[in-house]
Amino acid sequence: MATITTQAPAAVPVTEARPALWRRVPTGVLFTLPFLLFYAAFLIWPTISAFGLSFFNESLTGTRGELVGLRNWTEMLGDAAMWSALGNTLYFTVLSTPPLVLLGLVMALLTNRVMPLRWLWRLSFFMPFLLPASVMSLIWLWLYQPGFGLLNGALTSLGISEVGWLSDPSLAMISVVIATLWWTVGFNFLLYLAALQQIPEQLYEAASIDGAGWWQRLWSITLPMLGRTTGLVIVLQLLASLRLFDQAYLIYQGSGGPAFSARPVLEYVYDTAFTSFRFGYASAISSFFFVLIVVVSVTQLKLFPSRREDER
Amino acid sequence: MADGPPRPSRRAVLGAALALGTLTLAGCGGEGGTTKVRYWNLFGGGDGALMLTMQDEFRNNNPGIALEAVTLAWGAPYYTKLAMAAAGGRAPDVAVLHLSRLTGYAPGHLLDPFDEKLLAEFGVTRDQFPPGLIERATVDGRLYALPLDTHPFVMYYNTDIAQKAGLLGPDGKLAPISGPDALIDALTKAKQVTGAYGLALDNLDVMPWRLFWALYRQQDGDITLPAGGSVGIDDVKALKVLNFMGQLTAEGLATRNVDYPGAVATFAGGKAGFHWNGGWETATFTTAKMPYSMTRLPNIFGNARTSGDAHSFVLPHQRARDPITTRASYRFITELLKSSVTWGRAGHVPAYQPVVAEPAYLALKPQSEYRDVTPDVQLDPPAWFSGSGSDFENQAGSAFQRVLAGSLTPEQALAQFKAAVDKLLSTPSPV
Repeated sequence: MATITTQAPAAVPVTEARPALWRRVPTGVLFTLPFLLFYAAFLIWPTISAFGLSFFNESLTGTRGELVGLRNWTEMLGDAAMWSALGNTLYFTVLSTPPLVLLGLVMALLTNRVMPLRWLWRLSFFMPFLLPASVMSLIWLWLYQPGFGLLNGALTSLGISEVGWLSDPSLAMISVVIATLWWTVGFNFLLYLAALQQIPEQLYEAASIDGAGWWQRLWSITLPMLGRTTGLVIVLQLLASLRLFDQAYLIYQGSGGPAFSARPVLEYVYDTAFTSFRFGYASAISSFFFVLIVVVSVTQLKLFPSRREDER
Repeated sequence: MADGPPRPSRRAVLGAALALGTLTLAGCGGEGGTTKVRYWNLFGGGDGALMLTMQDEFRNNNPGIALEAVTLAWGAPYYTKLAMAAAGGRAPDVAVLHLSRLTGYAPGHLLDPFDEKLLAEFGVTRDQFPPGLIERATVDGRLYALPLDTHPFVMYYNTDIAQKAGLLGPDGKLAPISGPDALIDALTKAKQVTGAYGLALDNLDVMPWRLFWALYRQQDGDITLPAGGSVGIDDVKALKVLNFMGQLTAEGLATRNVDYPGAVATFAGGKAGFHWNGGWETATFTTAKMPYSMTRLPNIFGNARTSGDAHSFVLPHQRARDPITTRASYRFITELLKSSVTWGRAGHVPAYQPVVAEPAYLALKPQSEYRDVTPDVQLDPPAWFSGSGSDFENQAGSAFQRVLAGSLTPEQALAQFKAAVDKLLSTPSPV
């Protein structure tokens, strides 16, 4: 692809002396330029600007906007609601990431075999991922209802007493985790399924000839060969879980759940900025959270080196 | 790459995009000579359909005005969008605002005042509205909101169940209930008929606050919110309400842990004889073809006050106001106020008093049964952080719902509420 520009014929020798500026820019940069412009305008600049705003008592109403120094930051460090919201997000991440990765793998292993109606299984596993957050939240809201909800109905018919899925502060976030599991596991499943199909068949043949059983093939071939995918899935999953907002907001209709036990930190930022109009303070919290995410990402890069020796 | 299907050239694609773009733009322009009025509201329920009817009526009567109405999702998301638009100075010409939110909307910054002389030209003056609402809509002597309605927290009842429970009077209407014991008695009888619940009550979100505020105000209780200080509340009266609320769910008289759609479904499904909610669900129950009627929230603790709010029209801040558009906007607002009989069908009580006296409104049953409620409707205590869909309501709902759930004692819930409100009071005001 890159040869196109270098082949540009020197038909007009006059321009040879001073080639147009854009011809001297590496082609790759030109191709990514549209993206880079949007990236800078809608990601890099807002990040910098939010960091700047965190030192002002900026308000949406336009009545304030004075420099307050570190006051937002000190308020944040002493804000119990912020810490509890941050704790909620971390709790969700810890609860949701392992099952989302493991179940994705198990589902991929199950449907990677020759079986009748295999397409239907694959489709069913992946389909929930295609639902918009609002639809998925509505479905689970009804499933979790006390009295006539499907889950509580099943429990009572088994003679077990009802569970306050949406009203018990100790369960509120777990309900979000379960709903999220059903909703997004399909994506990890898809990544694993694709990776499984990349594993050369000869390896299994050779192992079979050597007398390796199903378990041994799984441990010695499949899982090691999936190593890079697992690294990728975990990174993507951790970042996705830390970004928890949509489903928690929608299931509890913006209320944060019983005793705010299901309000993630991003919802707290949203509440602060857009319900209470305190842009400056909200910027301080989001900048703080941004730093946390960067730390997590960097730690992960150290723990799971992206380049392995298996690149032949 | 080369053997794919033939692709359209870049020029063709660009040309098509441009042509399409121009077409769409032309579509938005409207005919020449018309004035455009942009209007935002948050009516998505049964009342939303009636608002569409009123808008169409206005369009038919005023062919020279191009009304561009947008309905957005209720609550915090709506107020976010409205504030953002007003902060940018390019807000819609007319918007709907809960009157309780006025303080937080920084009149003068996010909202522009009404020109009362111009309003009078359209035949609308402040003395045509309930004085309590006008007082709340006035800041520094200037009128910032025109109330369209009040929408109280009311009591729906299933007429079949009430009859079987022997709760109807000789006129076929619910016999008056007064005092906590009479209420408990009525709920118990209704529960015996349904075999499930007496009262369908949304336990989550802001509904516990609405119930608390109504019953607290029935005892003449006050809440004061001094900025930077701490909340003033009468503990004895508050605990009396919370104990009563806890009793309702603990004894199985009211639904427990049920959310809004769940409570509506419980009542619509005939599993409860009574339902406490805003008046706006009439359309739902009428559609469900169930035998129901509605009345005011009973006098439980001393007077007949109830909680509620008032939808009102406001002029979101614009950097430059065009006089022609402004006149058209005033025409739109005043005509909607005058045709608010239609609005009354939604269960809201029209605030424009000439309408309340119209026979067409009086003929609306059961909606007009509680039209005398207006002076008793209690809006949230005013503060920058209170009002419909606000953090204050969210905090109060969060504290009091745990009494309904039985997971906090009334004392603990009251302490949680006070701590949360104190925190709001100590928060630097963005207004």
